[in-house]
Amino acid sequence: MSTENGISRRAALVNLGLFLNGVVAVILAVPIVRYVLSPVVRARKPGYESWLSLGALEQFPPGQTRLATYRNPVANVWDGATDDIACWVRNIDGRSFQVFAVNCAHLGCPVRWFPQSSLFMCPCHGGAYYQDGSRASGPPPRGLFQYHYKIEGGKLLIKAGEMPTPGQPVASKAGGKTTCA
Amino acid sequence: MRLIQKVGEWFDLRLQLGTSIRETAEHRVPRDTASWFYVFGSAALTCFMLQIVTGILLALIYVPSAGEAWNSLQTLNHGVSLGWFVRALHGWGSNFMVAIVLIHMVQVFLFGAYKFPRELTWIVGVFLLLVTLGMAFTGQVLRFDQDAYWGLGIGASIASRVPVIGPWAVNLMLGGPIIAGATLSRFFALHVFVIPGLLIAFVCLHLLMVLKLGINEWPMPGRIVRRATYMQEYHELTHKEGIPFVPNAVWKDILFSGFILLAIAVCAVHFGPFGPSGQPDPTIIQTAPRPDFFFLWLYALLSFLPPSAETPILLIGPAVGIVVLLALPFVAGEGEKSWKRRPIAVLTILLVAVSLGTLTHLAEHTPWSPVMDASSSDPIPAKYLKGLTALERHGALVFQDKQCHNCHSLDNQGGHRGPALDTVALNLTEDQLIRQVIQGGGNMPAYGKNLSPAETTALVAFLETLHPPNQRPARNASQAMTLGTNEVSPR
Repeated sequence: MSTENGISRRAALVNLGLFLNGVVAVILAVPIVRYVLSPVVRARKPGYESWLSLGALEQFPPGQTRLATYRNPVANVWDGATDDIACWVRNIDGRSFQVFAVNCAHLGCPVRWFPQSSLFMCPCHGGAYYQDGSRASGPPPRGLFQYHYKIEGGKLLIKAGEMPTPGQPVASKAGGKTTCA
Repeated sequence: MRLIQKVGEWFDLRLQLGTSIRETAEHRVPRDTASWFYVFGSAALTCFMLQIVTGILLALIYVPSAGEAWNSLQTLNHGVSLGWFVRALHGWGSNFMVAIVLIHMVQVFLFGAYKFPRELTWIVGVFLLLVTLGMAFTGQVLRFDQDAYWGLGIGASIASRVPVIGPWAVNLMLGGPIIAGATLSRFFALHVFVIPGLLIAFVCLHLLMVLKLGINEWPMPGRIVRRATYMQEYHELTHKEGIPFVPNAVWKDILFSGFILLAIAVCAVHFGPFGPSGQPDPTIIQTAPRPDFFFLWLYALLSFLPPSAETPILLIGPAVGIVVLLALPFVAGEGEKSWKRRPIAVLTILLVAVSLGTLTHLAEHTPWSPVMDASSSDPIPAKYLKGLTALERHGALVFQDKQCHNCHSLDNQGGHRGPALDTVALNLTEDQLIRQVIQGGGNMPAYGKNLSPAETTALVAFLETLHPPNQRPARNASQAMTLGTNEVSPR
């Protein structure tokens, strides 16, 4: 065996070692990436949203808009108060409702309801919405996000569980219905 | 003394570090760089070291759990002796670090230090700026209060606007469907492990290059950087008339760093720690979230961008900014270094400084936001109510009750979202006022559905009285002709 061959054999062994490490790296990387992406993958399979009760219908008198809260369906013990989410419930005429996310459609700050002027106003960048959730003024590109709702056994139920954001397809679908009531 | 020397020699025989440390310390630098303009880099490093020490101290008490973080901050502030001081040091240290990094960057830019052969030093510096800002933002989240909670919401809303992957990016950022325990845990990992790791790695690279390539010489107008000759010229500058870094230049660095540490401590004692503000309970919606000082300009910018341009500017703007910074040494890698012969560079700095300063100033006053309680806390000034008819007084009531005052100021009281109305009758005729109230427009909501005809009439009657006593209100000159009457309604 010549020296030259000996060197190339060692080089081949180095390459073999590198190849083995490469294979192991891939084998390790797949589950690690899967772990890192778990919030995304989880959202795609069973989904984060479910039907949640906001309480009895009597809490929402006709013609008024009131704040309601629910507990997020996906929760951990260490979440503290962050699982309690607020939403605005508008009882239009005693039969039909609108349930708005508190999150401003601009950048998610909590909008407040002002019954005197019948406006939702955002404290962050001055967005304002009419009582039916449609955009009145300011930087929001659209109306307030709306939850799907249904009435069962005298209770108001909404489909919720994910923070509404402008890019979210679910939110834009539900909010897409927003026209003048 | 002999014993110390012997112990030192014992270690040096085994470590073999003494010579290289001495050589590094005494490496020669151009004479002019022993200047007060060259102290900001070392001061930024000093701030970073303070942040590491105080950060570790805070981690002794802080609980990175969404349910407990706020309580542990209260304990730090009130329950642990001098816990408030360590929090204040960390908070003020962060502010000082961002400020000094920015000043350092401006100095380096104006002195042309990014030019050949220090392009990579500048590029690593840009990454250092980004990770420093990353530390500032994630640190603000760890102070898990209302501002942190809604600030995360703003971050998520921006992330969601990324085309195609937006919703996934939100879930990835929040660690789940909503801002909750997983969100704080991952921001803790970012703030304590990931970003500091990057920061330390970049600082080492940055320092290594400063030592290997030498500190940038004092720029002289007319001394042009050329790739072919620069290395030779710099070598002569350092070796013929250079001075050793220690002690000739280093004393200014040490003195300035000490002064900065003292300033941080004085601020910490005098102003105390930052927050936490209210509990991170999303059902408490009576809150006006605001970012920390260094992101206020962005907060202001977001309220001024028109809706159609907002998403592209939000997503493309930062990328363009970073690319410009990274491309700078390749576009202007040679040529004049002195700011005295680089007017565009100086103007750019001034423009950026004035823009950021103006936006920050605006964000401290938030004129775009309605004053939510003006209708109940700011009365209409008495001078505007004197001598009014019953109808006009009723209009003033409507003005207050329907919360016009939240957006429109009278005598500088109330909101500044819309124009001040002190002399509105001079600008708009009665018909125009009615139209504006009912239909809105120009960023004002329409009140047609919310005001009865009687209320509108009264409100407009009141608005018509808002003009200086010696000036007549605006009137439509053609109205009389159109209506076929001879008289224009006097008011």
